[in-house]
Amino acid sequence: MSEYIAGRAQMGSSLAFHIIFASLGVGLPLLLLIVEGLSLRAGADPNWHLLARRWSKAFGILFAVGAVSGTVLSFELGLLWPGFMRFAGGIIGLPFSMEGFAFFIEAIFVGLYLYGWERLSPMAHWLTTIPLAISGAASAWFVTTANAWMNSPAGFRLVAGRVTDVHPLQAIFNPGTPIETIHTTISSYLATGFAVAAVYAAGMLRGRTGGLHRRGLIVGLALGAICTPLQIVSGDINARWVADHQPIKLAAMEGQFQTETGAPLRIGGLPDPAAGVTRFAVEIPGGLSFLAYGDVTRTVRGLNSYPADQRPDPRMVHVSFQVMVAIGFGLLGLVTWFFGWLWVRRRVPESRLMLTLVTLSGFAGFVAVEAGWMVTELGRQPWIIYGVVRTSEAITPAPGLVVSFLVSIAIYIGLAIALILLLLRLAAGTRRQEADGAKADR
Amino acid sequence: MSAHALNLSVAAVLWLAMITYAVLAGADFGGGVWDLLATGPRARDQRRAVSVAMGPVWEANHVWLIFMITGLFTAFPVVFSRLAVGLYLPFTLILFGIVLRGAAFAFRAHGAGEDGQPSAWGTAFGIASAITPFLLGACAGSVASSRVPAEAGPAALFAVWVTPFTLTCGALALAICAGLAAAYLAVEQEAVSQDLAEDFRRRALGAGAAALVFAVLALVTGLGAAPGLIRGLLAQALPLTALAFAAAAVAAAAMLRRRYLLARTAAVAQVALVLLAWAAAQYPVILPPDLTLDGTASPPESMALLLGTFVVGALLLVPSLILLFRVFKGRNPAAGRAVT
Ligand code: HDD
Ligand code: HEM
Ligand code: HEM
Repeated sequence: MSEYIAGRAQMGSSLAFHIIFASLGVGLPLLLLIVEGLSLRAGADPNWHLLARRWSKAFGILFAVGAVSGTVLSFELGLLWPGFMRFAGGIIGLPFSMEGFAFFIEAIFVGLYLYGWERLSPMAHWLTTIPLAISGAASAWFVTTANAWMNSPAGFRLVAGRVTDVHPLQAIFNPGTPIETIHTTISSYLATGFAVAAVYAAGMLRGRTGGLHRRGLIVGLALGAICTPLQIVSGDINARWVADHQPIKLAAMEGQFQTETGAPLRIGGLPDPAAGVTRFAVEIPGGLSFLAYGDVTRTVRGLNSYPADQRPDPRMVHVSFQVMVAIGFGLLGLVTWFFGWLWVRRRVPESRLMLTLVTLSGFAGFVAVEAGWMVTELGRQPWIIYGVVRTSEAITPAPGLVVSFLVSIAIYIGLAIALILLLLRLAAGTRRQEADGAKADR
Repeated sequence: MSAHALNLSVAAVLWLAMITYAVLAGADFGGGVWDLLATGPRARDQRRAVSVAMGPVWEANHVWLIFMITGLFTAFPVVFSRLAVGLYLPFTLILFGIVLRGAAFAFRAHGAGEDGQPSAWGTAFGIASAITPFLLGACAGSVASSRVPAEAGPAALFAVWVTPFTLTCGALALAICAGLAAAYLAVEQEAVSQDLAEDFRRRALGAGAAALVFAVLALVTGLGAAPGLIRGLLAQALPLTALAFAAAAVAAAAMLRRRYLLARTAAVAQVALVLLAWAAAQYPVILPPDLTLDGTASPPESMALLLGTFVVGALLLVPSLILLFRVFKGRNPAAGRAVT
């Protein structure tokens, strides 16, 4: 493993770890807002309040790990990519400072929310979820603008290799920002919704079918059901944007090696860069030309039409894109079936098959998020700033990256295991309380 | 506002953030050290006192570090990237220390360990709490003694930050953090238990003595390693240097006479004055030997927007902090939970 690969792998794995807590850090406050809001209505079912209480405990831990892993990222941007920071610090550093403020406000209101149950009136306590939800979404928006800038650099001019005429606001509102920030923000709510639903579906599979579980299931799936169609539409817009602004990434995403008119849409398939062909794909003639440029006869440039040293490796990019899109449509099918049944039969479908699928959907949401980021980041290679600075130019000359990567992987695995054990202990603890409660009021 | 005025005000805000971090998180690190070194019949109460004093404050303290890092790479990207290359190893160790500490604290506070009992998480938390301030001090020493290499070649991993001067600076930083934490804990325990307050008083005096020894040692080794700094401290920044020593003397005297509140205030002042004296001694150079404030600053438009962000951010932040303070009346909200 070369130092360069180790640096990329460390950055990638740190982000892959952080994004799970980042998505929950954006999504959970919205769910808390909804659930606690429902619990405030006159004669509301006590389960709504109980749900909010439970989620706030888990949120405290997830938030702390989100903060720690986020800190790692700020260090790593500098430690692994000083070349990137030297070039881009003055241009796109601002959103990261803004994310620091958004996070600080979020940390304060997390303190108020978690420890304010007794001290604040129910209404005041519920109101703290509003700045929580806003600051969570804001920090995600700020950081994603930085990533969008990496995909579509703007707000500066290069004169003889020197950066001049810097306008940070233009850099923040680069062409990619509106497209990518929407898709990323929706992905956080989507993944959180299905994850919460999955927790209660798993509980119901083990026979706990009380009012609490059914409500947790429905609220989670409702959020997922709203987000999934929106995400598919925004994903389509994203793909068309990539076709216009980063055609080489589109070629990698679609495993398109040759320049072709009426290029086919490939479902599945494994690209083989050496042979320059994508095998085992189901091909819909003219499909890609239509989806990307709205006309079946349009020409789509193939990877081979670009200089060899500018092509991303299409294998992971194509597979990740297929996985993300497949999960998107799969989740659409699941929510249509679930709410269709509920609409027709007037009761919650609780078959083992449905509950198992919902449990799996909790993982699928995050797999799609990870796959989506793989598409964006691996698809942008070999550039760290698309068309301007190569990733290989930005990496630190300091030796020892392989060791640092291995140590960081060990730490992340340790953190993940400790976290899972803690969350399971938390769940078991609340179940014991519930058992005592159930015995009392039966 | 002229470009120089913009650069100076941004640099001033970032240096204030560093002082706030040193005072708040420094006390946290020191707390971790006393958690590790809890001894005697009241060892368990000492450990509980440390966790009560920190609670969720940890997350707020630690945000100042993020604020500095993002501010530095936005305002002075060249300085940030040279530091990141030159001090790659200590910064990576500091990062792992912070991660270990943050996770250990989060898991212990959220019910992983019995409060007060020695636990694996507790020890990990204590060790990471001691290493981090030591490394931060060593990095400061390395910067002050112009050892961060100019060209971005494959940095000599150890030579940059392992010298008698830098290691003394590391030890000085650790001793100051420990003294600061002991002062905080003495103030908090004064109303709760005289014995505990006495325990922390002894620890504060011990840490203060160690800090004095390391300070003298740093000045001696500094003559050879960082002549520019020592000259600056004794000329350009003499008033601040003198005030720093005066504050240290007041802190020690107040601690001896069990005036804990005065001792804590003087200890905080000492930390702030030491850092201010360092900045004044080095001004206008940010990263010795050659990187100056105006030479490495980002373009004026970026600096103006960054300053604007600080202002707007503060306008949102201060009311939220006041709200947090008023709701919990300054008492640590986790206190109720951690003690029962
Ligand atoms: C789409 C969302 C998203 C993405 C892609 C990222 N983050 Fe993040 N980050 C968040 C969304 C978020 C958040 C929701 O705001 C977090 C997660 C949980 C939390 O506490 O705040 C957070 C926390 C967080 C913190 C914690 C602040 C603190 O500890 O004081 C830092 C420093 C960063 N992030 C920095 C980064 C960097 C440098 C990233 C990329 C290289 C990054 N984040 C990607
Ligand atoms: C939103 C803000 C983000 C920023 C500013 C950002 C920045 C970066 C940078 C600087 C690199 C190293 C250079 C490069 O490899 O191109 C990188 C690589 C990478 N990032 Fe992102 N990233 C962001 C979000 C994410 C997220 C949320 C993920 C989650 C999986 C992710 C996954 C990766 C991967 C897998 C790599 C390694 C790719 C490679 O180098 O082959 N990124 N990112
Ligand atoms: C089903 C149809 C979908 C399509 C056509 C689609 C399309 C895309 C495209 C083209 C990109 C790359 C954008 C770029 O590189 O600038 C992307 C990125 C991404 N996708 Fe999807 N997507 C879909 C569904 C989903 C789903 C269901 C999720 C997650 C729940 C998701 C999460 C993401 C994320 C997190 C990114 C990376 C961030 C970004 O670049 O916006 N997508 N998507």
